[in-house]
Amino acid sequence: MAEKLVVIGAGMASGRVLEHLFEQAPGAFDVTLFNAEPRGNYNRIMLSPVLSGEKTYAEIVTHDADWYAAQGVTCRFGEHVTRIDRARKVVVTAQGETPYDRLLIATGSAPFIIPVPGHKLPGVVSYRDLDDTEAMIAAAQPGAKAVVIGGGLLGLEAAAGLALRGMEVTVIHLMGHLMERQLDPAAGYLLQRALEARGIRIHCKGATKAILGETRVEAVLLEDGTTYGADLVVMAVGIRPETRLATDAGLEVGRGITVTDAMLTSDPAILAVGECVEHDRQLFGLVAPLYDQARVVAATLQGNAAAFRPVQTATKLKVTGCDLFSAGDFAEGEGREDIVFRDPARGVYKRLVIEGDRLVGAVMYGDTADGTWFFGLIKDGTDISAMRDTLIFGPAHQGGATPDPMAAVAALPPEAEICGCNGVCKGRIVEAVQGGAVTLDAVRALTKASSSCGTCTGLVEQVMAVTLGDDFAAPTHQPMCKCTELTHEDVRRLIKAQGLKSIPAVMQELGWKTPGGCHSCRPALNYYLLADWPLEYRDDRQSRFVNERNHANIQKDGTYSVVPRMWGGVTTPDELRAIADAADKYGVPMVKVTGGQRIDLLGVKKEDLPAMWADLNEAGMVSGHAYSKGLRTVKTCVGSEFCRFGTQDSTGLGIRLEKLLWGSWTPHKVKLGVSGCPRNCAEATVKDVGIICVDSGYQISVAGAAGMEVKETQFLAATPSEDEACEITTAFIQLYREQAKYLDRPYKWVAKVGLDWVKAQVVEDRANRAALYARFELSQTVYRKDPWAEHAQPQERRNWAVLADLSLEAAE
Amino acid sequence: MSWIDIGALDDIPAQGARLVKTAQGCVAVFRTAADEVFALDDRCPHKGGPLSEGIVHGAQVTCPLHNWVFDLNSGMAQGADEGRVTTYPVQVKGGRVLLDAARLRRSVAA
Ligand code: SRM
Ligand SMILES: Cc1cc2nc3c(=O)[nH]c(=O)nc-3n(C[C@H](O)[C@H](O)[C@H](O)COP(=O)(O)OP(=O)(O)OC[C@H]3O[C@@H](n4cnc5c(N)ncnc54)[C@H](O)[C@@H]3O)c2cc1C
Ligand code: SF4
Ligand code: FES
Repeated sequence: MAEKLVVIGAGMASGRVLEHLFEQAPGAFDVTLFNAEPRGNYNRIMLSPVLSGEKTYAEIVTHDADWYAAQGVTCRFGEHVTRIDRARKVVVTAQGETPYDRLLIATGSAPFIIPVPGHKLPGVVSYRDLDDTEAMIAAAQPGAKAVVIGGGLLGLEAAAGLALRGMEVTVIHLMGHLMERQLDPAAGYLLQRALEARGIRIHCKGATKAILGETRVEAVLLEDGTTYGADLVVMAVGIRPETRLATDAGLEVGRGITVTDAMLTSDPAILAVGECVEHDRQLFGLVAPLYDQARVVAATLQGNAAAFRPVQTATKLKVTGCDLFSAGDFAEGEGREDIVFRDPARGVYKRLVIEGDRLVGAVMYGDTADGTWFFGLIKDGTDISAMRDTLIFGPAHQGGATPDPMAAVAALPPEAEICGCNGVCKGRIVEAVQGGAVTLDAVRALTKASSSCGTCTGLVEQVMAVTLGDDFAAPTHQPMCKCTELTHEDVRRLIKAQGLKSIPAVMQELGWKTPGGCHSCRPALNYYLLADWPLEYRDDRQSRFVNERNHANIQKDGTYSVVPRMWGGVTTPDELRAIADAADKYGVPMVKVTGGQRIDLLGVKKEDLPAMWADLNEAGMVSGHAYSKGLRTVKTCVGSEFCRFGTQDSTGLGIRLEKLLWGSWTPHKVKLGVSGCPRNCAEATVKDVGIICVDSGYQISVAGAAGMEVKETQFLAATPSEDEACEITTAFIQLYREQAKYLDRPYKWVAKVGLDWVKAQVVEDRANRAALYARFELSQTVYRKDPWAEHAQPQERRNWAVLADLSLEAAE
Repeated sequence: MSWIDIGALDDIPAQGARLVKTAQGCVAVFRTAADEVFALDDRCPHKGGPLSEGIVHGAQVTCPLHNWVFDLNSGMAQGADEGRVTTYPVQVKGGRVLLDAARLRRSVAA
């Protein structure tokens, strides 16, 4: 007699099990199939083309009524199993009990819903089944607004589908780049760019705070205060295995239903398959491993030995026109090496991760034709040492000797394109060189080759070398760091010229040689981007040096020093009391008057910083930025208010300038001094900007220093007006912010560009001065705020403490 | 091995670190851009700098005091510098970060 097999869930995994069973052992089982959805098995992964309108539901059905009838399956669709009674071997539904000999749980997973206020409003949907898809299609009126929460595989497929249906779509993603599980930041950036090109707005690092609306959704509010209007909200933040039945039945359940290699649960009469299971502590969310499980389930049911062994999976995104591929393990690690290939002109990025002589991971964007080949090498653990040098070019380039780059360049025909950006061919460069252009700059000026993205610079130099032979002297420009051949100046220029607005964008478009930069280029890039795009770019805290990340100076023993701002060096008894109180309360080992006219609290523990800041904020004080590449102090003297020689209110002007400039980030630190007369008690002539007050007004001089080099300032301008003095000072600082190389103090920068040029920009050309001032003010709308106040917020404080305290634990 | 849950992966910023206090001193638990985690003593062998405050790039960290660079897998100093930081087994399971307490105890006993 046929065994009674009951199956809970008619999804992709159980569907495959039934196919195997009926093929291998027809008639051996009498099957009853329950499904909560009022339909049988369909190809769930094709819901995305249904959503976008590229396919219909009928086209994605895998098993229709005829198939079930032919196999004699009793279909109980639309019937939810509510309980399993293992003692009596029955499953329970609203309609009654059904007995089983063997039971297969295949309940898949349930979408995870973030329990923010408003998550139950009509118009909030998840993306799991046909009903969800139809709800989305119904809401997709052209011009209506959709917000998709979650920038993973599902969220992006939903977003692309809704956009194709004419909706205005915004994707909110918690992490720094899209699909962070499958892609590295560089590929994530290219994907974002491609989706933005289709009109989809992407908001990364966005945490949803609430869904707003009276009777149905109207908008989504983020933690950072941004709101996006929404007629439809799709939550696609993740899934969790549907294990409730198994848990209630007392089966062993971890994150999923625990199964053995043979796919048996802790009750040998019960098997489980699909996304609801956990095997060897691992969960599964893609169909390839589920199909392997299905094969094992069919064998086990027939009493044959079989074992499930998870294999590597590869991911593709089913959004027409977004070609991406990721497989294996692409984390960096010791003994691992990256091969990175970037073609900025075509928007191509490929990265291979090699360990020893094996390929272990691959991420590709833009050109994924070789994906399957790489995936095969990963799965098979093929020894790739012989083809390593040309591996990244794919199977087409294998076999044959490793080419010598010079010989290869020499062999190129004259019409071969060298510079993709400007369409310059080899012949044109050779002509220019033969015509006397023997330096890179001369070739650039004459042909435009390598003057845009710069990634062909090496190739241009090789063409020059081939043409000139021994006469060729390789240029000695100083690259920014080992991650690129470009200089700081090149990078600054290209960020502006190409409108690059994120670190991954710079790395992709300018052909960075490492996947994620280093400690030297990241802070510089972060600065350039925030200076050039104050409104669009978001500061990347993890690319900052410790002092700027923690808003305090780190000391040799890992404690910090705290310096509150004292505007123009002026303080009050109340402020001094607050500083004294803070010193007592937090056991500060040393209180010192600094060389910058303020007070330093040295030796503060990191976990005390937020509370101490809150106390100082309470007393009206803000961060003194004693740690920043930004405005430090404005040193003043007492001036005309008290001094018998004072000509102007130097203290007042110093305070005014400090209030104007504080909070701004600059390539290196910026210090000002304002003295009330030429006796110069504020030492203004060794500051980045020094102002000396005289009877007739203000003499502004710049580019001084008194650190590793001592430089006297040079005269920039004189003016009778305090307002104009402020405007010229600000314009000078803005020009420095926009032009200088990271870590050049103003004196170094002025020496490079010349004081005359600076004068022309900020003194003589008044319209330009006003524009510089306006750009500074625009940036200050974002940055003129106290970082301490932000980090002292109660919800921020736990991030400053230790994550866990095991000191007692380990002592036991 | 005896794994102790020390917190959620999301409590550690990507390309950053958080500290775990032990009787022996602090252990820095790093998270890379690729969401890998590593645990190392929070003491630079050069002059004791807190590695947890360094810039994390790839699977390396740069000490914030004098820029020595360490490989997070092995704890080895890179380039011309010589030295090694003790590493501890750590793993992520279901979004939680687990540290091997047995190793911590052993290093206390040693
Ligand atoms: C606290 C203070 C010394 C003091 O006790 O007075 C100080 C302390 C430090 N200075 Fe300074 N400088 C201090 C005034 C000065 C001055 C005097 C001034 O500003 O009038 C100078 C010379 C003027 C100048 O900058 O041109 C000065 C020139 C430097 C330099 C050399 C800069 C240069 O371009 O050559 C450095 C190194 C650097 O920035 O790269 C430096 C770096 C440092 C650092 C931040 C070293 C570091 O990176 O950790 C010191 C932090 C110590 C700590 O643990 O907190 N400090 N430093 C002064 C804080 C002023 C303030 O209130 O903000
Ligand atoms: C939009 C979308 C796109 C996807 N794209 C891809 C892709 O490109 N590549 C890929 O590999 N994977 C993709 N996936 C994932 C893939 O669809 C799943 O891994 C797969 O469907 C899981 O199969 P399953 O049988 O475990 O669960 P499911 O297919 O979810 O089936 C489980 C069934 O059990 C039913 N059920 C649950 N509880 C009960 C109960 N108590 N009683 C009765 N019935 C119950 C459910 O209603 C459901 O029909 C995608 C998923 C979605 C939603
Ligand atoms: S001069 Fe400045 S950097 Fe040098 S020890 Fe003194 S405070 Fe530190
Ligand atoms: S203490 Fe780490 S490099 Fe000096």
